[in-house]
Amino acid sequence: MKRRNGFLTAGLVLTGLVAALILLGAFWTPYDPNAMAAGPKFDSPSPAHWMGTDNFGRDIFSRVLQGAGATASIALATLFIGAAGGCLAGALTGYFGGAADELLMRLNDVLTAFPSILLALVVISVLGPGKKINVILALGLVFIPSFARVSRTAFASLRDVNYIQSARLMGASNLRILAVHMLPNTAPVLLPALTIGFNNAVLAEASMSFLGIGVTPPDASLGYMLSEAQGMLFAAPWYAAGTGLVIVAMVFSVGLLGEGLRRRDKGVL
Amino acid sequence: MNYLLKRVLAGLATMLAVSFFTFAAFSLISGDTATAMLGTSATPERLAALRAELGLDRPLPVRYGAWLAGFFTGDLGVSTSYSQPVRDLLAPKIALTLGLSLVSFALITAVSIPLGVFTAGRRRFEGARTVLNQLGMAVPPFFTGILLSWFFGVGLKWFTPGQFPDAKQDFAGAAVYLLFAAIALSIPRIAMTARMLRSTVQEELGKDYVRTAIARGNDRGQVLRRHVLKNALPPVVAFLAQTMAEIVAGSIVVEQVFVIPGLGQMLVSSISNRDYPVVQAIVVILALWVVLAGTAADLISQRIDPRLRLGGAA
Amino acid sequence: MKRKLLEVLLLLGLLSAALCGCGGGSTGKTAEAGPADSAGTQDPAAQPAADHPNAITVGIAQDLDESLDPHLAVAAGTKEIMFNVFEGLVKPTPDGDLVPAVASEFTSDGTTYTFTLRQGVKFHNGDAVEMRDVVYSINRNRLAEDGGEPLIPALSAIKSMTADDTTLTITLDQANTEFLAYLTLAILPEDYDGQDTAPVGTGPFKFVSRAAQDNIVLERFEDYWGEPAYLDKVTFKIIENADSILMSLQSGAVDLFAHLTSTQVAQLGDDFNIEEGTMNLVQAMYLNHAEKPFDDVRVRQALCHAVDRQQILDLAFDGYGSLIGSSMYPAFGKYFDDSLTNHYPHDVEKARALLADAGYPDGFAMTITVPSNYQPHIDTAQVIVEQLKEAGITAEIQLVEWGSWLSDVYAGRQYQATVVGVDASTMTARALLERFTSTAGNNFINYNSPLYDSLFVKATSSAGEAAQTEFYKEMEADLTKNAANVYIQDLADLVAVRKGLTGVRFYPIYVLDLAGVRYTA
Repeated sequence: MKRRNGFLTAGLVLTGLVAALILLGAFWTPYDPNAMAAGPKFDSPSPAHWMGTDNFGRDIFSRVLQGAGATASIALATLFIGAAGGCLAGALTGYFGGAADELLMRLNDVLTAFPSILLALVVISVLGPGKKINVILALGLVFIPSFARVSRTAFASLRDVNYIQSARLMGASNLRILAVHMLPNTAPVLLPALTIGFNNAVLAEASMSFLGIGVTPPDASLGYMLSEAQGMLFAAPWYAAGTGLVIVAMVFSVGLLGEGLRRRDKGVL
Repeated sequence: MNYLLKRVLAGLATMLAVSFFTFAAFSLISGDTATAMLGTSATPERLAALRAELGLDRPLPVRYGAWLAGFFTGDLGVSTSYSQPVRDLLAPKIALTLGLSLVSFALITAVSIPLGVFTAGRRRFEGARTVLNQLGMAVPPFFTGILLSWFFGVGLKWFTPGQFPDAKQDFAGAAVYLLFAAIALSIPRIAMTARMLRSTVQEELGKDYVRTAIARGNDRGQVLRRHVLKNALPPVVAFLAQTMAEIVAGSIVVEQVFVIPGLGQMLVSSISNRDYPVVQAIVVILALWVVLAGTAADLISQRIDPRLRLGGAA
Repeated sequence: MKRKLLEVLLLLGLLSAALCGCGGGSTGKTAEAGPADSAGTQDPAAQPAADHPNAITVGIAQDLDESLDPHLAVAAGTKEIMFNVFEGLVKPTPDGDLVPAVASEFTSDGTTYTFTLRQGVKFHNGDAVEMRDVVYSINRNRLAEDGGEPLIPALSAIKSMTADDTTLTITLDQANTEFLAYLTLAILPEDYDGQDTAPVGTGPFKFVSRAAQDNIVLERFEDYWGEPAYLDKVTFKIIENADSILMSLQSGAVDLFAHLTSTQVAQLGDDFNIEEGTMNLVQAMYLNHAEKPFDDVRVRQALCHAVDRQQILDLAFDGYGSLIGSSMYPAFGKYFDDSLTNHYPHDVEKARALLADAGYPDGFAMTITVPSNYQPHIDTAQVIVEQLKEAGITAEIQLVEWGSWLSDVYAGRQYQATVVGVDASTMTARALLERFTSTAGNNFINYNSPLYDSLFVKATSSAGEAAQTEFYKEMEADLTKNAANVYIQDLADLVAVRKGLTGVRFYPIYVLDLAGVRYTA
């Protein structure tokens, strides 16, 4: 029991820490992230520049803070589209069932069997590469099917539960049943799915920016910064190390949180 | 047999849907293909002539039909940015990408299955193991790729990053190169698969029949092999099929890090160049590969799973 | 087990990061005794000359044009490489002169040019070069295909062309001292239609194969008429990902890489010599005059004042590079007018005043399109974005693939501003300046200055060299005064050459001549 809470606590603390840093970065960074010659070129990490400086003498720590913010906000926006769209589709098909359910789930099978990055790349190439909003749209669309699947299962399993049936007998409208009686009870399934979704979104965004199809400079996201850092491995290895580790830290802490949530709910349910 | 047929038909339907949607999407936006090809020398007459030559003036379903017919006869169209048949462009790259995904797949299976089974039911170091597992899932392949190519490539010179050896001349070199790319690609997926397998086996171990069997004095290992694995494997096989899809996606990124001239690299540059015939062909080829892997996995799990087998016999 | 593996990997990675980092910092002065691990099989200096294949791999940052036909090639990067495969009647030398190539000698009085076909010149396919091939090659560039513009508009100055088996006489409609430079156009065999994919020329190297997005292979042409190339084989490896360039050099995959940034050079270890030349490019932030607000000369001038070019050199190029003020670079000698260089000194106040005057007191937002495979231009654009902020202009960078840049920006003219380098296809002022006449097909900035157009007519029709030079200089001044573009610099060309290799020759035009490259020892 104790250990289960351990993951949740550790996950919450770490995620909180990362989130706090990102929030801080949104309002204040040690240096202007884009200001050139904030320090000497390729300065190694020091008290003045925690993660050193890059080829323009920009403060890498400030840039990483800002980049993490960009990455996280894109991931959250993506998650919102994916989760909202997915839950809606999942709730309706799971609750009502029928031919629409069958059809949507078939379509879902097709889409989930498909590599998500590949799908996102196709959508991006249709929308046009290099724009933040297009990245969000592409990834958001791509994430809808997996959320639809998860939430459909959750809603379908609740459909025939006693208290839902009695609510229905008491004349509650379908909408009310879905929103008030069922949605809160799908949380144990949906919350961990959200953490996984967030991580997938972070990694997907980073991959796309790494490929040069996502966010472009000077507004760096972590993925683009890492691809930039690859060219400076010899002069500024701390650039790649710092950027990469921040991605790892972000995904790791949210992953831990998800693990904690899952374990707690296993205990409760 | 019936099941097999159904599965193949479903796969075919998937392929048709994917290819039609990508085709329609690219047709919507590639109106300026002719403009792009003509560049500075574009005049309205020349544009019209080129559009007619490329068949861009025909209705969408007709063009799709023509493309589909071409696909099955091995004619994938002509690249707009290389003026070469797409087939000739892609032929040498397909083997590389498929090779990379197969090596990764083998690696994932070989490492994660023993790992997952071995750790199942053992509670020691569970905390540390879970943390490591999460860590494994958190490391993006391109970060691992950078570290690997730098340490083993530039540092130890086990392979030369940026120069993929010609597999015909230096097979061993190419294999080593691909192996490192595959390692970068596989780490997160190994973590996921091992974890999935472990929890499935664990769940099975908690079931009454297993407890009874062990309580009766059967050897634990034997029970594990005979009963538990049989029941735990099908979902894992299904998961591994999904893994193939993820590998294909991951290879797009990893090819970029390791400068492997495969389909992924071609896909990324073709997207930026808006060379839609090439994008279309690559997407469909990768989709075909994923669907094939999925179908194969389904058939395998049907073989393993006693319930499905009973159903088939009845 | 996995934990160990991960831990070890991460630790080793970080450790070697630190080590390499230290090594990278002290480039250049270290003695020859390199680290033991650099003496691998890839290091030619460490082995007797006979042991390594007489071949090198040259890294290039972009794939070549879709068509390898030299007459149709657009990109500077294609011409740069294909310089090794093709020759004209004459060809340029590193000093900027033109010397006979497929012709053995020529005479001219400014109006009439007479060429004697060199005996024994062969095409790569084994056929001897005949006069009909020469005539075909010139006519292909001179005559328009179907009413459009000919491939080389300047060749329309040819009034008549007469040829027998050995002598070609070209008569112009009026004297033109620059005309010879156009006859560097590649001589191709008449009865061959595979130039697109398997080009055949007369140069010191012959084309062997090409794999899209991957490589181009050339081999020494054994029947070359002149001094043969030293190397047996040259493989051009396309490394579009700027980040992988360094890795490929360090690892030994690539022996020679031109056009590196000073940042990249600073990170190279002791395995390489750095040769420095000039890129012979007019690097500028080119502005699309058909797009608001760049149609307003005050806005363009404001941009020129807002950009601190010296800071660009310092920040992005470690001080390398030579500043320019118009579409002309110093290597052009007499055509270059240094007085234009500092026409727009860095002056943020003045920039703001000009913007306010033009109706943009609070600045505006703009997009700078940059080809993603040219790190120097990306770096320049990043510095510019920061500098423009001070003048109240919010610029964002849009990276596009080289192919998209060609089709959208260059051909389609759908852009606001772009940072690139423009090269000269021949060693004439015309090659740099003609594109900005209002009717030129490659006037991608939509420049429209009646004065400029009339000056161009005068320049091309003037017989005296001095007068002509003067007209060209006036054209340059016109570009500067109208702030046609934000002119920046001619980049320093930093070429990394693996130790043990020598013979890289620099030209005043954008070519990479490999015929002289050889292994020492």
